[in-house]
Amino acid sequence: MAAENLTLGKALNSGLRKAMEDDPKVIMMGEDIGKLGGVFRITDGLQKDFGEDRVIDTPLAESGIVGTAVGLAIRGYRPVCEIQFDGFVYPAFDQIVSQLAKMHYRSQGQVRLPVVIRIPFGGGIGAVEHHSESPETYFVHTAGLKVVTCASPVDAYWMIQQAIASDDPIVFLEPKRRYWEKGEVDTAAPAAQVFPLHASRVARPGTDCTVLAYGPMVKVALDAATAAEEDGRALEVIDLRTLSPLDLTPVYESVRRTGRCVVVHEAPATLGMGAEVAARVTEECFYSLESPVLRVAGFDTPYPASRLEEEYLPDLDRVLDAVDRSFGW
Amino acid sequence: MGATVTRARTTRGEPAAPGGAPEMVQLLTPDGKRIDSARDPYGTEYTVDFTDQEYHKLYHDMVVIRRLDAEAEALQRQGELGIWASLRGQEAAQVGSGHALRPQDMAFPTYREHGVLYCRGIDPIMPLGLFRGVDQGGWDPSKFKFHMYTIVIGAQTLHATGYAMGVAKDGKVGGDDGEAVIAYFGDGATSQGDVNEAFVWSSVYHAPIVFFCQNNQYAISEPIERQTRVPLHQRANGFGFPGIRVDGNDVLASYAVTKAALDQARRGQGPTMIEAYTYRMGAHTTSDDPTRYRLAGEVEQWQAKDPILRLRTFLAEQQIAGDDFFQQTDAEAKAASQELRERVLALPDPQPVQLFDHVYPTGSAELDQQRAQFSAYLESFEGGAH
Repeated sequence: MAAENLTLGKALNSGLRKAMEDDPKVIMMGEDIGKLGGVFRITDGLQKDFGEDRVIDTPLAESGIVGTAVGLAIRGYRPVCEIQFDGFVYPAFDQIVSQLAKMHYRSQGQVRLPVVIRIPFGGGIGAVEHHSESPETYFVHTAGLKVVTCASPVDAYWMIQQAIASDDPIVFLEPKRRYWEKGEVDTAAPAAQVFPLHASRVARPGTDCTVLAYGPMVKVALDAATAAEEDGRALEVIDLRTLSPLDLTPVYESVRRTGRCVVVHEAPATLGMGAEVAARVTEECFYSLESPVLRVAGFDTPYPASRLEEEYLPDLDRVLDAVDRSFGW
Repeated sequence: MGATVTRARTTRGEPAAPGGAPEMVQLLTPDGKRIDSARDPYGTEYTVDFTDQEYHKLYHDMVVIRRLDAEAEALQRQGELGIWASLRGQEAAQVGSGHALRPQDMAFPTYREHGVLYCRGIDPIMPLGLFRGVDQGGWDPSKFKFHMYTIVIGAQTLHATGYAMGVAKDGKVGGDDGEAVIAYFGDGATSQGDVNEAFVWSSVYHAPIVFFCQNNQYAISEPIERQTRVPLHQRANGFGFPGIRVDGNDVLASYAVTKAALDQARRGQGPTMIEAYTYRMGAHTTSDDPTRYRLAGEVEQWQAKDPILRLRTFLAEQQIAGDDFFQQTDAEAKAASQELRERVLALPDPQPVQLFDHVYPTGSAELDQQRAQFSAYLESFEGGAH
């Protein structure tokens, strides 16, 4: 056992470091990731130890970051791109959606692009506009990309390494408001004990209602489950972890037991992950459902000014309200 | 090929006349007269010293490529291809630059680089699979050092830049045996953000790359005046590397300038932009109607600058090639086009479930399920797959 108490941000940093040690083809690219260590310090110290050739401060152009990462991957490198904030990924949209995602398919499997795009996502940090968004649906909707997100330091440490080691192009969403939360990470865990990348996981077992969350909302769901326990309701919380492909087998198993399902995410409700999950759970668990699958999500508005974000973001009370509505159906 | 490029100097200075009237490097005039050597505004002097066989090869390839291109266009008109993007008029720019590449050099094309593809030794049927719709490009890019066609305008210039950065990281620049990268794009692409970002990145990282812009005067219907108020090659100066205009209808100059720029790159002297000044004789694609936006007189003027005709005139006048050679080349081109036609018509249609292939290198359980469901659906028809 080499369990350490790490913040989620430090766990990512350690995971990136380990990936660079394990494979000399792994390189980091992004704005301010070198000397500064990234605006969130996730790449802190990496340029100092691995050099400017492997930890590359790039020109300020997101399409350039992803587009050149594609070229470096064609050349045999494994680039890990940092997009500084969620709202800055859109200039790179063509390179991600039309180039990175489709190259393997178009080339009939002859061109592999093992590129990871790290994006700090979600709100709750009091930021100005374009710094708090949840763009996951755009990427989940794009065939050829895989999309994952971590909710705990231990997942952060292992999932980032698994993503980098994968030959798939992966969008790796980091719950920025959880960067400073701590947890135990066994950095010496044997590979067989490490949870797979593309699998969801029961974060808290329960019997009465299934609550699905991912990234920053897992903590909210777990807090809601604690509060619900006082009301005599045992919520089962599942951390989806992998948004593309989805791993819903544990979800179906859970909903068949509980008969109720609530999906929580920060992104707007319309065509969000909750909509997709609701459709699939309805199809798979139709005769087990006691009430419709309910969504607790951001509203269909632009992300608001930070003094309003607590109203916009799903919180414990809104999750419990949805659970109440599910029971009252 | 064994041509030589004489360099007047070893360092890269400022252009002799920045902002002045653009010089165009030319070694073969439209009426087939050979110019011994030509100098670019930076002082580099270009000449070529081809053997007869090398001249024959350049002529042969241009003729074959034009004939194959015409056949593809005809196949589209007969409903056998969904669309075709003709390169007619741009054979010299493509054959000249294509032959300047060494085996270790990597090329990133647009969707019109059929001539460069041919020079890289790729089966000319390959792009027809794409335009017929049976696949999305079938060649192995790493084997032929020629990337897939890119349809989104300018996107490939960033891929080329990243690849060139990788070449430098691998320590493959700095000597005469180094590797270089060439990115093809058109005049319209110079307005794209990606192309400008590629210029910035290549300059900042001193990448071993040549930006080869075929200025064929039109982006579908929009003339060059809609993209720029300065000659395109002058853009390079603002990014910190040389920009050279070459007569893109002159295969000798296209070869010489590209070879010199590639050699600069492979030796570690950074990027160069080449503007190959040429003309798209045909439509943008078979879906286009150029009579709506340009005059016949303009096309006739460029007809007089035809890249193949001028080389033929030169070869005949200098007695480098005779009627036997020209007739034999025409016969070979005709045979190649007939073979192409037969093989296109014989291309098998893909099987329905193939649409699920190769989405992910490591697969996806979700997609496996969709494939299984779709297969079962197809099997549910009487007599199996419908």
